[in-house]
Amino acid sequence: MKVLVCVKRVPMTGGRIVLTEDEQAIETKHLGFAVSPHEECGVEEAVRLVEQHGGESVVLTLGVAEAEEQLRDAMAIGIDRGIHLVTDGEEWDPEATAGAIVEAIKADEAASGPFDVIFFGNESADSGGYQVGLRAAYALGRPCATGLKSVVFEGGSARCEQEVGGGRDVYELPLPAVLTVLEGLNLPRYPSVPGRMRAGRKPLEATTPARPGSRLERSRLVVPEGDAKQAEVLGRGPEAAAAVVDLLEQIGVAS
Amino acid sequence: MNLVLVEHADGVATDVSLQALALAAGLGGETHALLIGPGGAGAAAGVPVVAAHVAEHDALEAFAPDAWAAILCSVADRIGATAIVAPGTPAATDAMARAAVRLGEPLAANCTVVTAGDPLTLTRVRWGGSLLEEAQLHAGRALLTVAPHAVAAVEPGAPGSVDAFTPELTEADLMVRVRDRVAPPAGGVSLSDAKVVVTGGRGVGSAEGFAVVEELAGLLGGAVGCSRAVTMSGWRPHTDQVGQTGNKIAPDIYIACGVSGATQHIAGAKGAKRILAVNTDAEAPIMLIADYAVVGDLHEVLPAISAELRRRQA
Repeated sequence: MKVLVCVKRVPMTGGRIVLTEDEQAIETKHLGFAVSPHEECGVEEAVRLVEQHGGESVVLTLGVAEAEEQLRDAMAIGIDRGIHLVTDGEEWDPEATAGAIVEAIKADEAASGPFDVIFFGNESADSGGYQVGLRAAYALGRPCATGLKSVVFEGGSARCEQEVGGGRDVYELPLPAVLTVLEGLNLPRYPSVPGRMRAGRKPLEATTPARPGSRLERSRLVVPEGDAKQAEVLGRGPEAAAAVVDLLEQIGVAS
Repeated sequence: MNLVLVEHADGVATDVSLQALALAAGLGGETHALLIGPGGAGAAAGVPVVAAHVAEHDALEAFAPDAWAAILCSVADRIGATAIVAPGTPAATDAMARAAVRLGEPLAANCTVVTAGDPLTLTRVRWGGSLLEEAQLHAGRALLTVAPHAVAAVEPGAPGSVDAFTPELTEADLMVRVRDRVAPPAGGVSLSDAKVVVTGGRGVGSAEGFAVVEELAGLLGGAVGCSRAVTMSGWRPHTDQVGQTGNKIAPDIYIACGVSGATQHIAGAKGAKRILAVNTDAEAPIMLIADYAVVGDLHEVLPAISAELRRRQA
C-alpha cells in the first residue's frame, strides 16, 4: 500500500495570541511549532497502514524552510520519505495550496506509482479553510470523505466513519481515495531516539513552487475582544469548598 | 441574488441555517433558499425568503456530499445567484467546498461579517475563534459559510413561493454517500448537552488522578472533560476532549481543574455561561477568562467540594 499524508506546520499558540505589528501574522518569536493536530493523526494512520499492509508512506508539506522540522518529526515515527514544497513565508490561500500539492502528487506518482490513499487534515488549526483535501481530490478525480474519526481498509475499499449528532455515519470509498481526518482517529505515538536518528537520513525532496495570486486575500488579523476579566477568587485550597458549593446552589446545579 | 443552503431537522430549518439567512441579508438583493432531502418541503414553510427550492430525490434519503454540491451548482446557475451562503456545519461546509471546486470559485469558511461590494469584504474565524481575519474575496460568485452562533438568526417566516423539483444526479454524484448509521454508545451525560462540565488538565497528573474529577462530576450530574494534553498523554479518550479539535461545550457552569487555558482549549469552552477555575497558579491564562477561581491543588480542593456537597445533600 502506498500512502501519502499532507501536513501543515502551525505555531503552538499557548495562552494568548499576540500579533506582529503589521497585523499580518501571529508573533511567533517565542513559540514552538508542530504539525496541525488533525494531520498528526493522519501521519500516525499512514505509519500504521504501512506497518500492517507493507508498502511505502510519504509525508508532504507546503511551508517555510523550517517546516522540514515537521517532516522529520513525521519520519521519526515511521514515515519513509518526505516532499517539501518550500515557500517564502507568505500565506498561500486554499486554492493555491491545493494546486501546488496536486502538481507535486502528479509528479511523484509519475515517477514512483500511484498512492492508494492520501490523507489530509479536515481543516488546518490556523487558517481553518476546510477545503484543501477536497480541492485536491477533485483535481485528481478521486472520491473524498471528510471529517473522519475511523478508517478501515478491506479489499480495495475504505470504510470510513464520521461523528454526527446521532452517532456515526459510515461511508465506503473505492481506492484510490482522498480522506480528510480529525483528531481522535488514533493516539499518535511519540518518536523514539533511534527513530529521530533514522529520520535525519531519510530521503527528502524539496522544490520551490511559485505562489499564484490570492482570491481570498487577507487584509489583517484581529484578536477578538475577549471579555477579559479578573476572576473572583472564592478562596484558597480546600477551605474554598463552602463558597464553591454556595455558588453551585445559587446557579441551581448542586442537587 | 443570494442562494442560501438551509439545513433542516425534524421538519424545521436549523438555527445555524437561520443565521446563514441573516448573513446573506447583509449582502442585499433577493434571497432564495435551497432545502435538500426528505422533510425539506415541510421545513421550507418556515423559511422567510422570496423563493424556497426543495430538491426531492429517492437517492437523497442519505447524505451524499457530491450530490448536494451538484444541486447547489445547478440551482445557483438556474436562478443566477451571485452569492451562495451555507451554515458552517460539517455537512454543509463539505458540500460547499465541493461546490466551490465545481464552480471554480474560492470559498470563505466561517464568516462572521460580510459586506457587499467589489471586492466583497468579510471577517472570518481562524484558530477555532481565537483569531479573526478581515479579507477581500475576489470571486465571480461569492461562496461563504457562516460561523455557527456568531450572527443573530432571522425569525422564521413564510416563503414567497415553494418550488419542489427533482434534481438530475449522476452515479458519480452518489458514489460518496452515507451507507449506514452507527448508534452512539449508550449511557452517561454527553459533553455537548451537560449543564455541568468538570474538566481535568495536565495538572491532574495521571489517569488515576481523574477519580476526584469523576466524583465531583457524578455528584453534580455533569460530564467529565479533559484538555488536549491529557488526551495526548493517553489518560482519557479523545471523546472527552474539550477544545478546538475536541468537543464544544455550553454548560451552565464549567469547572476547569488543572487546566492552563491554552487557546486550543478555550476555543471549545467559549459557550460556557460561567467558568470556575481550580488551579495552583493564580497567574495561569485560564484565570483571565474565568468568572470564579479557587487557587489551590485540585487533588485537595475537589474532594473538599465533593465532601461539602455530600454533607449538604444528606
